[in-house]
Order: sequence, then structure tokens, then C-alpha cells
Amino acid sequence: MKRRATARTVAFYALVALIVLYAVFPLYYAIVTSFKSGTALFLPDLVPPKIDFGNYGALFAGQPFAGAIVNSLIVATSVVVVSLFVGVTASFALARISFRGRPLLLVTILGVSMFPQIAVLSGMFQLVRAMGLYNTMGGLIVSYMIFTLPFTVWVLTTFMRDLPKELEEAAIMDGASSWTIVTRVFMPLLWPALVTTGLLAFIGAWNEFLFALTFTLTNTQRTVPVAIALISGASAYELPWGIIMAASVVVTLPLVVLVLVFQRKIISGLTVGAVKG
Amino acid sequence: MAGTSRLRRKRVRAAWVFLTPMLGLLALVALWPLARTIGYSFTDANLLHMEDAEVIGFANYLVFERGHWHGVLADPLWWLSVKNTLEFAVISVGIETVLGLIVALVLHTSFRLRGVVRAAVLVPWAIPTVVSAKMWSWMLNDQFGLVNHVLIRAGMIEHPLAWTADATLAMKAVIAVDVWKTTPFMALLILAALQMLPTECYEAARIDGIHPVRVFFRVTLPLVRPALMVAVIFRFMDALRIFDLIYVLTANTEQTMTMSVYARQHLVEFQEVGYGSAAATLLFMVVATCIGLYLVVGRVRLQEGT
Repeated sequence: MKRRATARTVAFYALVALIVLYAVFPLYYAIVTSFKSGTALFLPDLVPPKIDFGNYGALFAGQPFAGAIVNSLIVATSVVVVSLFVGVTASFALARISFRGRPLLLVTILGVSMFPQIAVLSGMFQLVRAMGLYNTMGGLIVSYMIFTLPFTVWVLTTFMRDLPKELEEAAIMDGASSWTIVTRVFMPLLWPALVTTGLLAFIGAWNEFLFALTFTLTNTQRTVPVAIALISGASAYELPWGIIMAASVVVTLPLVVLVLVFQRKIISGLTVGAVKG
Repeated sequence: MAGTSRLRRKRVRAAWVFLTPMLGLLALVALWPLARTIGYSFTDANLLHMEDAEVIGFANYLVFERGHWHGVLADPLWWLSVKNTLEFAVISVGIETVLGLIVALVLHTSFRLRGVVRAAVLVPWAIPTVVSAKMWSWMLNDQFGLVNHVLIRAGMIEHPLAWTADATLAMKAVIAVDVWKTTPFMALLILAALQMLPTECYEAARIDGIHPVRVFFRVTLPLVRPALMVAVIFRFMDALRIFDLIYVLTANTEQTMTMSVYARQHLVEFQEVGYGSAAATLLFMVVATCIGLYLVVGRVRLQEGT
């Protein structure tokens, strides 16, 4: 009996180890590759023979990669700020005030958040061009609102539903207007929700590829995902894998650290957005 | 009484004031582009002169001209991309569901280092899709890739395989990478559902000495099935619009061409805005149907007693 229990524990931990290995190994191998150069790159060693930062140097010297990081930061931050700003008041209305047409509005917002981006690509292209924003970060900021805004409103609405009713009633008794309730009473309680929602929207905007690929043309306007996808070598058949892996590590590690730090918040935000509905 | 109803009216008015900026923005960036795309699909618009397009009815969809059928619906490549998209969505979501369930069950049991394991599981989700496509195309590289090296060493294959270029392997490679990338999301959704289950059933089953596998199939699975269905449809919709992974991993090979890749190729590379918009509209209709299904199955809480 004891032996069977031990065997079961061993099997369980083996499964756990397998899951961790499966999840983390590709990132580990990318880090290892990014430290290899020359012929070492083509040997499948799991530990780099020596730590060589050459690829990182080449990444920032030969390619306009630093610019792409700045662009991505500007675009993602602006998108998050605008979405949260517009989203907080809207989700207060959707979560705390009952009015005719509210269920329909909620369904519409949820529907828009699931739009396939390709379905609006030509219309969005025309809009971006008509606004004079083609090949600018402004064009990306405008177009990214289509997925960050409904997402933000939806998640904030579900968070705001759970705030205690008594607080609001007391404020109404004191004659506070709805605006005062949002800014003075709810905002202080909403900070954790705002951080979670903002972080998830930031990751979405940081990772977006289709719009960034289609609405920007020159290297100076590219964002990180497009820059990485377009890194090319001396010839079409020789991709500089060391540099590509260095770029991948540079844009991934900050995200992974963020995710690990805010793990609980992210999980609650993700599941609230999809399951609890 | 008169006071409360006046207050109510004031609050409803405030609600609409609060909603206006959001609705205006959403109309501009969602409704307008969608309407324009559907509009373009009935014209012969070209990328270089989108403004002076002429209306040509359903010709981009299906038309009989000079003895042949033309349009998206008559293009064998479109139907191949529909087949590829469905094959991709069904297989990868299927595998993700099974793996996600296993990972969720593991994370649901309490053991030391559970927090660390949960964090590790989140890593693939945090990596941008383009980056994971690049990481995997390096590992799957035909000449220097680790996967070929390991498989040859283990004696499972004799010659290196061109995972992302070979016609019979490209789709498998795409599915493998997608499964790796999205299983964490699935696992977390299922885990959230597991954590909401009442513990009494388990206690009772344990006391009765019922085998854990039986408990899983008889108790756990039926209880999490609603949440599981929502997660599956949610992921299925996401899989139907797949673009970036395929664009980066296998480029424009026909074997992995999906509806999104097909539509973008016509829109941007061939500059046929009208034709590409027709394909995009068809994809939209497929996804809209799934959204409807999701709303019915998910029975989203819309009426809340606030």
C-alpha cells in the first residue's frame, strides 16, 4: 500500500515536471540561442559554451530595433490610457445603473470584442487613411481601440458589479452626483481592477500584428512584432537566428516578469472576461 | 416617491452621458469599418483607387460569366482555406481542451511549489504570438533545429524533416505551436471552473471509496461541462480568425492558408479590396454565427439585480 502511494506521488511529480518543461523550454532555448554566435549557433547545445552578448549588440546596432520598442511602448500605453479613461465611466453606467437597452448594449460590446480583425481590415484602412494617419503610430492607436475598448469595458463592468451597494447608497443619500460617485467613491476601490485590465489591454496591444503590418510602411513606424517578423539576413535563405532570438528575448522577458509579478490579478482578469461573463 | 423617480431619471440620464464617449468611439472604430468592409465587398474597389469604386453587386462572391463561375465562392483556394481553418480549429482546440483539463486538474490538487508551476504554465501565454512563431521555427528548423536533432538521436527519424515547409507537415507544425501557446489559457479557464465546484460531492465520493477516475468522469466532468463548453467555443472563435502564427511560421503556403490569410492576401498583396472584402465578410459571418452560439450556450449574465 505504502509503495503504491509512493509510486503515485512520483508519477504525479513527473507529470508536473513534464508540464513545466513543456511550458518553459522554448523560452529557455531562445535565451540559450541568443548567447551563441558563429558556429556554436548551429550546434544543439543546451548550455551556451560561453555567454556572448554579440547578438544583442548587433540587434541594436544594425536594426532600428530600439525605435520599434519605443513605438510599441507609445502605442500600447496610449491605447491603454484612452481605453481606461473612456471605459471607467461607461462601465459604471453598465454595471450600476439599470436602463432600457442595457442587455443589448452588453451583448454588442461582447460581440465587438470578438470581431475578427480581418473583417474590418479594408474599412479600417480607409478610415486610417481618411484621418491622415496611414503609416503613423496614431493610426495604430485608433485602430487598436476596436479590441482594447470593448475588452476594457467588459472586464471593468464585471468588476464594478461586485462593489458593495451600500457605499453607493450612502453617497446618494449625501446628494453626490453620479460623477462624484465614480471619481470619489469607486475609483479608490477600483485600482486593482484598473491595473489588471490595463495590463491585459497593454499585452494585447503590445502583441498585435495584423494592423501593425498593414497600416505601417516604413521602418521608423514599425512596432516590435512586425520588426521581429521582418528581421532578415544577408540573403533570403540565411536568417540571422541569433539576432532574432535576442530580439525575442528582449521583448518577452519584461512581459514574463510582469506576468509573474501580477499572476493572480491576470488570472482573475482573464477568467472574469471569459467565463463569468 | 416623486423624489426617487426623479433621482432614477437623473441617474439614467447620467448613464447615457457616461456611455456617449465610449459608444461614439466604438461606432467610429468598429461599426464604421465593418460597414465599409461589407460595402467594399459589393464593389470592384482596388487598393490604389479605393474612392472611385463601382458597385458590382454579388460578383465578388459568385457570378456566372462567359461560361464559368467566378468569385470567392467559386475559388477552390477559398474552399481549401475554409477546410484548413476548420481542420486547424477543430484539432488544435480539441488537443488544447484535453491538455488544458490535465493541467487544470494538476493545478487543482494542492502540492508544494504549486504557485511556481502555475506561474510557469502562464509563460507561453505571455509570449507574443510572433515571437513564439519565431522560437518554434528555430527549433523546427530543417538543418539546425533542435527537434530534428533530438528525433534523429532517438532514432525516430532517419533524415531531418522540413517541418514548416513540407506540405504534409506544415499544418501539424502550426497546430503544435498553437497548442503550446494557448493551452495555458484553456487550463486557467477550466481551473477557475474547478475551483467553484462544491467540495461536498468529492467528500462523499471519497468516503464511499469510489475510484478517482470514476469520480472524474461521473462527478467532475459533468459539473464543469458548462464552463468547459464556453471555453471551447471561445477558443474556437479565436482559432477561426488565426493569422499571425501562420503568416510568420509557414508564410504563404497553400497547405496552411486560412480564411484570414486568404482575405489579407487578396486585400493587400493582390490589392483587390473588393474581392478581399468579400472573403473577409464571409469570415465575419462564420464568426458571428459562433458568437451567437456562444451567447446562447454561455447564457451570459446580462440581467443583474444591481
